[in-house]
Amino acid sequence: MKNALSFYRKRIEKYNHLLNAFLHFPEGTGSDDYEDGFPFALKDNILALGTKTTCASKILKEYRSPYDATVSERLRSCGGIILGKTNLDEFAMGSSTENSAFGPSKNPWDLARIPGGSSGGSAAAVAAGLSPFALGSDTGGSVRQPAAMCGIVGFKPTYGLVSRYGLVAFASSLDQIGPMTRCSQDATDVMAMIAGQDPMDSTSVENPIYFDRVLEGNLKGLKVAVPLEMLNYPGLEDGVKSSFLSMVEKLRESGVTVDDISVPSVRYAVATYYLIAPAEASSNLSRYDGVKYGSRQSKGNYDEMVNSNRDTGFGDEVKRRILLGTFTLSAAYYDAYYRKALKTRRLMARELNSVLKDYDYILNPASPILAPKIGEISDPLSYYLMDIYTIPANIAGLPSVSVPIDPVAGLPVGILLTGRRFSDFDLLDKASGIERLSSAFENGLSKIPERWLE
Amino acid sequence: MYTTIIGLEIHAQLQTSTKAFCGCRADVFELEPNTAICPVCTGQPGALPVLNQQVVDFAIMAGLAMNCSLRERSVFDRKNYFYPDLPKGYQITQYFYPIAEEGHLRLETGESSKTVRIRRIHIEEDAGKMVHQGTDSITGSSGSYLDLNRCGVPLIEIVTEPDLSTPYEARVFMELLRDTLRAIGVCSGDMEKGALRCDANISLKDEKTGKSSNRVEIKNINSFKFVEKALESEQLRIADHLNRGENVAKETRSWDFATKETYSMRSKEEENDYRYFPEPDLPVLLVKGERIAYLRENLPELPWEKIARFKEQYGLPTYDAGVLASDSAIASYFEIAAEITGKPKDCSNWIMGDIMRLMNERNLTIGELGLAPEYLKELFSMIDSGRISKKIARDILPEVIDRKLSPAAIVKEHGFEQINDDNAIEKAIRQAMEENPHAVKQFREGKEGVLGYFVGAVMKATRGKANPGRANEIARRLLEG
Repeated sequence: MKNALSFYRKRIEKYNHLLNAFLHFPEGTGSDDYEDGFPFALKDNILALGTKTTCASKILKEYRSPYDATVSERLRSCGGIILGKTNLDEFAMGSSTENSAFGPSKNPWDLARIPGGSSGGSAAAVAAGLSPFALGSDTGGSVRQPAAMCGIVGFKPTYGLVSRYGLVAFASSLDQIGPMTRCSQDATDVMAMIAGQDPMDSTSVENPIYFDRVLEGNLKGLKVAVPLEMLNYPGLEDGVKSSFLSMVEKLRESGVTVDDISVPSVRYAVATYYLIAPAEASSNLSRYDGVKYGSRQSKGNYDEMVNSNRDTGFGDEVKRRILLGTFTLSAAYYDAYYRKALKTRRLMARELNSVLKDYDYILNPASPILAPKIGEISDPLSYYLMDIYTIPANIAGLPSVSVPIDPVAGLPVGILLTGRRFSDFDLLDKASGIERLSSAFENGLSKIPERWLE
Repeated sequence: MYTTIIGLEIHAQLQTSTKAFCGCRADVFELEPNTAICPVCTGQPGALPVLNQQVVDFAIMAGLAMNCSLRERSVFDRKNYFYPDLPKGYQITQYFYPIAEEGHLRLETGESSKTVRIRRIHIEEDAGKMVHQGTDSITGSSGSYLDLNRCGVPLIEIVTEPDLSTPYEARVFMELLRDTLRAIGVCSGDMEKGALRCDANISLKDEKTGKSSNRVEIKNINSFKFVEKALESEQLRIADHLNRGENVAKETRSWDFATKETYSMRSKEEENDYRYFPEPDLPVLLVKGERIAYLRENLPELPWEKIARFKEQYGLPTYDAGVLASDSAIASYFEIAAEITGKPKDCSNWIMGDIMRLMNERNLTIGELGLAPEYLKELFSMIDSGRISKKIARDILPEVIDRKLSPAAIVKEHGFEQINDDNAIEKAIRQAMEENPHAVKQFREGKEGVLGYFVGAVMKATRGKANPGRANEIARRLLEG
């Protein structure tokens, strides 16, 4: 067999212009084609020496990574070779890659549709077989939602399990790096390489989980809860719902207890998230002033220069969230918004943890809709509201995985399994059980659309 | 009559080996610009802070020295504002839950003493430095350069209650604070190098009407002398306004040491909304009670404890004890010298006199001056035995230091032994009496003071080597004839 690296390089060369999954490639690409090692793709908000890190933003268009993110360093030390950096919504803010300053990525199942986001480039690359796996980042569903829309496995680990050092911060208390793969076993294998405490990230935790194991996927005897607030969400498309319910039936047949339960605070998930995440983002993005690095307009005095750098450097969605966060953190509104959101966050975490005392996992669709057409949804609030399924895991720091189930009209659908903190390995193990029941898999791997198999 | 109300906010750089949140060295004062920087302290995308535990220990020690209550659970916050010297666009500080609160220091101003309450002490990081072209500030400069070495250097901010009532008290308080921070080894205390910085809040209250002026904040005070000068100048300015029936603007002013005046920087209305919120990149700071107890037990001797001990143990007057205790190197030199010579008061006199004068003249620390206490002992014993006069001892001190040679050897080399030979002294006095019969007459008419003239003449004739006691005695005998 040909060397894996050149195999994927050739596929990228052939197909990337159709998908816009990769934004750019490491310096000196091609010279290492016959190196041993395993290739992978990296979301372009994760730093790696020898690559630019643009965050799909004009303000970091020419920014060259001055150091390796901990995940990049760990994967490289295990033999990983970076194929390229993948597209995303600017600074990971969005659910479609339409907010990328470098154009949206396309969904490999239908090029007229979005791949989801923000890790849409990573999802498209893996789903079209341009990379065996990719890393994404998940702040409110940015790994799991595009995985669902592109028909691959997307895993968000327990908060603190994977170091954030070198991940460009969006909302620090919610961000988590996770693998995007074609099966749960691959996700587990990637976790074996990237998980573990990092002295460079004070929020990383000691890893009590041994990932270097083979998944068994035995579902018998499991107790799973489906929150009614999610199942009855008015935006849930019929097709997605029936695919979900048919998997629930298959699970029951496999000896799983599935109960409908209520998690009342989930109704506030989106509101809570859109107070906390923009608040942190407004502060995290203050460093992009064009003074030390980044694109810079030379005009006027300092204030004028910074205003102009940020005005021309950031896109609309980023500006919207910075404004929102700046407002909710202001002294006059802090108590009414930010402090209240922190309270709701604690309440929601308590409720979810209490459900997870009685049940092994929480189950719901990963996205209420199939991948929409590019440009179809123009109102940002519609996108915000769709995050209801993925946000709770970020709010409570829980591990959560999206697995492809029966497609609807040729478009992928994902089911979301969320577990207790540090149940990451078991969660992936059960996800592999779901894979065996899912028509989206073939020979243990998620299917790749025909057209990319020529 | 007006009462003055002053409160201080002091920033002290901590003398840790590395910065507050990264591994860069923290002693950056004399380094080439931008040579002690890394992805963390320059705010590169994706970089994260990691708290230096030595910073926590130092802040706790400062809290203990100032009798604060310490939080076992404190939190870091972000203070958000844009400025070129702040690479992250926010400063990591402790706003909502500082590590230390509600302390006090006892302030002795010589004539009186009072308690100054400490409101809080919190940990934060320093910003970088800017060099402007053409002007002193960013406004109107044709270009500005950034040195990010200082970014992330650990600071503690100490905030007092408004318990100070004169500019002089404020200065003495700053000196006490410097001595305290130095004694526990957490800060160099050099205001001139920016290691200790002071912002002062001042307002005046009309005793008759009970009305208070607006509060004015003065920034950029960079020496102990200027703490007093800036507040004096501001005190006058506010009183002047009040006398005219006006109030001063509620504003922030800057001290200009060239004009010896303050000038307006910005009004309070123009101040930033810093949008404080808990720093999500750092966990809650938990300090174990055992750690606090350990630091408390091992806290170095504090200035006022040392003063009390010097008075008690060495029988020194308060003034001497205060001077010696204010510098830990001098204090320990004194203790060694007192031990070796067995003469604490003589040591104190010599240290506060000639030794500190030489230190100042040569701009050296006591250690750099390099006077072995054994040589002091030799000087003292030569004086006591009458071998040399005190004056000769003082005269040869610089040579002892410069040549690192024993005082006895120097005395011998120069023939500086004291003349105790009565005959030689008598001869010199008789010669002086012959040369100045008028003075002899004056003495005999009752002008006692003239005696000094004859002793002086002896000293001159013997180049200062005559035993002054003997010269005095013999002169009196011969003159009384």
